Amino acid sequence: MIYGVAILSACMFIGTFIGNLLGLATGLNSDVGGVGFAMLLLLIITNSKKVTEKLPANYEKGLNFWKEMFIPVIIAMAASQNVFGAISGGVLAAVAGIASVAVAFLMLPLLNSLIPKASKKKAEAEVEQ
Amino acid sequence: MRAITDIIVKLFVDNGFVMSFLLVGIISLIANFVSSKLTRGRIHASAIAIFFGLILAYIGGKVTGGSKGISDVGMFAGLGILGSSALRDFTIVATSFGAKLSEIKKCGLIGIASLLVGVITGYLSGALVAIAFGYTDAISVSTIAAGTVTFVVGPVTGAALGAESTVIAISIACGLIKSVAVMLLTPMVAKKIGLNSPRAAMIFGGLMGTTSGTTAGLAATDASLVPYGAMTSTFYTGLGCLLCPSVLYSLTRLLLP
Repeated sequence: MIYGVAILSACMFIGTFIGNLLGLATGLNSDVGGVGFAMLLLLIITNSKKVTEKLPANYEKGLNFWKEMFIPVIIAMAASQNVFGAISGGVLAAVAGIASVAVAFLMLPLLNSLIPKASKKKAEAEVEQ
Repeated sequence: MRAITDIIVKLFVDNGFVMSFLLVGIISLIANFVSSKLTRGRIHASAIAIFFGLILAYIGGKVTGGSKGISDVGMFAGLGILGSSALRDFTIVATSFGAKLSEIKKCGLIGIASLLVGVITGYLSGALVAIAFGYTDAISVSTIAAGTVTFVVGPVTGAALGAESTVIAISIACGLIKSVAVMLLTPMVAKKIGLNSPRAAMIFGGLMGTTSGTTAGLAATDASLVPYGAMTSTFYTGLGCLLCPSVLYSLTRLLLP
């Protein structure tokens, strides 16, 4: 079990390291997409049979435990947000925050219907091949 | 009696992190009960638990005047550790275990497109509302707009442009409201906007940004979508920090006298 957790930790370390390098390169001096890189790395490792064959038994348990812990962590995170500050931020903040979310909700079906047609055709072509 | 409550409080304070598991367990139990008995499973238990969390955070902020919700109250400080950004990111990475690499590869391009659209529409919404509320100078409008992108980008942009501290505070509040709104509204509108596939979740993460909001919103909708939304949303803040104080501010300054 600990091996899975250690792999997770290593992915996080390498991912945020890459994110920080990207931040340095762009002049932001912060983490740019570190978690995204870490996720990709974990996906590549766990999707490769060559690697998983060599991993010690039960490594998945450590990964699954923290995967399951995600929702409890999110609940604790919600309880530690500055909700009072957000609500007392005034009408402007409320309008701007909610308006931007509403716009994004409207954009989702739009973007989702734009591209899938192309990728569906591609997928069908791949199946035919 | 007093001595006993003192012991209990002391135990919670001294073992905050361990006690936070108990607290979240209790919150989840109540949320499960409310979800299955009062809403007959119509509202996801996670959505209710997250909502309870937000209410506790509001109470904590009101009582203590701090910025970390209920975790500013001594005996609940452990919730701040369990809900810290380090553990949030750690568990987000873990959610990608079992996700499909092929799905993510398929959506590379639309993911990048959604990030750009997300930052620009977020900025525009914030800028228009700021102007509607009487702000006319490019620095204030840009700072509030950047805060609407996310509450990290607001202060970064404000500091870079030399905005007033009250404007920076408003920009942070815009981002916080956005994050809370995404957590609460996503499960309500998910069906209507077709948020039901890995591809839609990746677009959603790119459009919304706010990693906390996106992951909590998706967790309350369908936990299997979390890794896809998280993947794109983690690039959002970086892109926002890149675009807001530079390109988007320059455009704002051109349009405002």
